[in-house]
Amino acid sequence: MRNIVALPVILFSVILQSAIISRVYLLSGIADLPLVMLAAWALQEEVDSAWQWAVATGLLVGFISGIPLIVPVLGYIAVVVLAQIFQRRVWQAPLLAMFSITFLGTIVVSVLSLVVLRFLGVPLPISDVLGLLTLPSVLLNMLLAIPVYAVMRDLARWVYPSLEVE
Amino acid sequence: MKDLFSRTLQTTIIFLVIGGIMALALGGYFSGASNVFTGSLVNLQTWFSTRFVAIQDFFTSPRDIASLRQRNAELEGEVADLQAQVIQLQQEVGETQILAALVDFERAHSENTYRAAAVIGRDPSPFLHYVIINRGSNDGILRGMPVVTNQGLIGRIDAVIADAARVELITDPASSVNVRLQNAETDASLVGSVTGDLTLELIPQDINVQPGDLVLTSGLGGGYPPDLIVGQVVNVRSRDFDLFQQATVQPVVDFNRLEIVLVIVNFKPVDISPLIPPNP
Repeated sequence: MRNIVALPVILFSVILQSAIISRVYLLSGIADLPLVMLAAWALQEEVDSAWQWAVATGLLVGFISGIPLIVPVLGYIAVVVLAQIFQRRVWQAPLLAMFSITFLGTIVVSVLSLVVLRFLGVPLPISDVLGLLTLPSVLLNMLLAIPVYAVMRDLARWVYPSLEVE
Repeated sequence: MKDLFSRTLQTTIIFLVIGGIMALALGGYFSGASNVFTGSLVNLQTWFSTRFVAIQDFFTSPRDIASLRQRNAELEGEVADLQAQVIQLQQEVGETQILAALVDFERAHSENTYRAAAVIGRDPSPFLHYVIINRGSNDGILRGMPVVTNQGLIGRIDAVIADAARVELITDPASSVNVRLQNAETDASLVGSVTGDLTLELIPQDINVQPGDLVLTSGLGGGYPPDLIVGQVVNVRSRDFDLFQQATVQPVVDFNRLEIVLVIVNFKPVDISPLIPPNP
C-alpha cells in the first residue's frame, strides 16, 4: 500500500518537468527533476521500493518524451543502483551522497541518451553535447538536489513512520 | 476747573503721542521693532495652535484610526482584486493578440485547414526539441501533419494520443526539412541541432547565397507543404574544397515562446521511404 504514494509523486514530477522545468534552459541543458527525485528517494533508509519507482518513472518519461524508452528506464535504474551503492558507503553524509548520485546519474543518463540517439542515426557532436548540454544539466540538477532531498526525506518519514524514531 | 484742564491736556498729549507713534509706524520708522513683535506673536500663536491640535487629536484620534484601518483594509482588498483582474485581462489580451494573428494567417492562407492548439509542455529530454500540444486524434490530428504559427513553420506531428500530440520542431537534431531559397531559386536541406541552431546544407557551390535570403519549404519529399516560411539566411560558409555550401538560418519563429500553434489538418504527408533504394 505504501507504494501507492509513488503514483501521484511520479506523475507530479513528470508533469512539472514537462510543463515548467523543460522550459528553463542553461545553455542547452535542462534539469531532470524525476532523476533527482529518484536519487533522493533511493537514498532514504528503509525505502525498498526505489526499483519500482525507477521503472515507473522511466516508462512515464519514455511515454511523454520522443527519446527511446530504453534510455529513461535504464538511466533511472542506473541512478537507483548508484544510490544503493552510495547509501551503503557514504551513509553518514547523505547530502554528499545525494550530490554524488546527482552528478554521476546525470552523466550516465546523458551518455546513454547520446549513445542510443547516435546509434539511431541522429547527428550529435560529442563536444556540443558535453559542453552545452551535459555540464549545464549537471549544474541545474545539483541546484535541485538539496530542496528535492529535503522534500523526499519528509515524504519518506511520512510513508515510513519508523524513520522518525531514529 | 484746573483738574478738568489738566485731564484734557493729558488726554490730548496721550492721543498726540499715540498718533505720532502711529504716524511714525505708518511711515515705516518702526518696521524693525514691528517685525520682531509680529514675528513673536505669530510664533506664540503657532505654538499654541499646534499644541491645541495635538491635544485635540489625542482625544479624537482613536475613533479615526479604527475607521481608517478598516477603510485601509477595504481599499487594500479592492486593490488586490483589481490587480488580479489586471493580470487576468493582460493574459487575455495577450492570448487575443496571438489568436488574432493566427486568424489573419488563416485568412491569408485559406487553401489550408487549420486546427489551433496550445503548447502544454516540452520534451523532458534536453537532447530532443519536441513540444506537446493539447489536441490529439479526437480532433483529427494525425502523425506527420505540419505545424505552423502565424510567423512560419515550426515542425510536424510526431506522435498522437487521444487528446494530445507531440510535435517535432524543425530545430530538433533529427529533423530535416527540404527547403528552397527564394532569391537563389535553389533547393537545400535544413537540419536542426542539439543547440537549436538551424543549418542549411546541400547548397550547390555555384549558387550565390546572400545573408537575408528567405528560406521557404520546397514541398519536395512530401513531408511539408510548399512555400511555408522557415527563416532567413544569416551567414554563408563556402569553402573551395567542399562539395556544398552551408548557411546558418535564423528561424522566423521564437521557439522559446511557443504558446498557440496551428496544425494543418488537410495535409496528407507522403511516405516516400518505399521509393528509396536500400543501401547495398
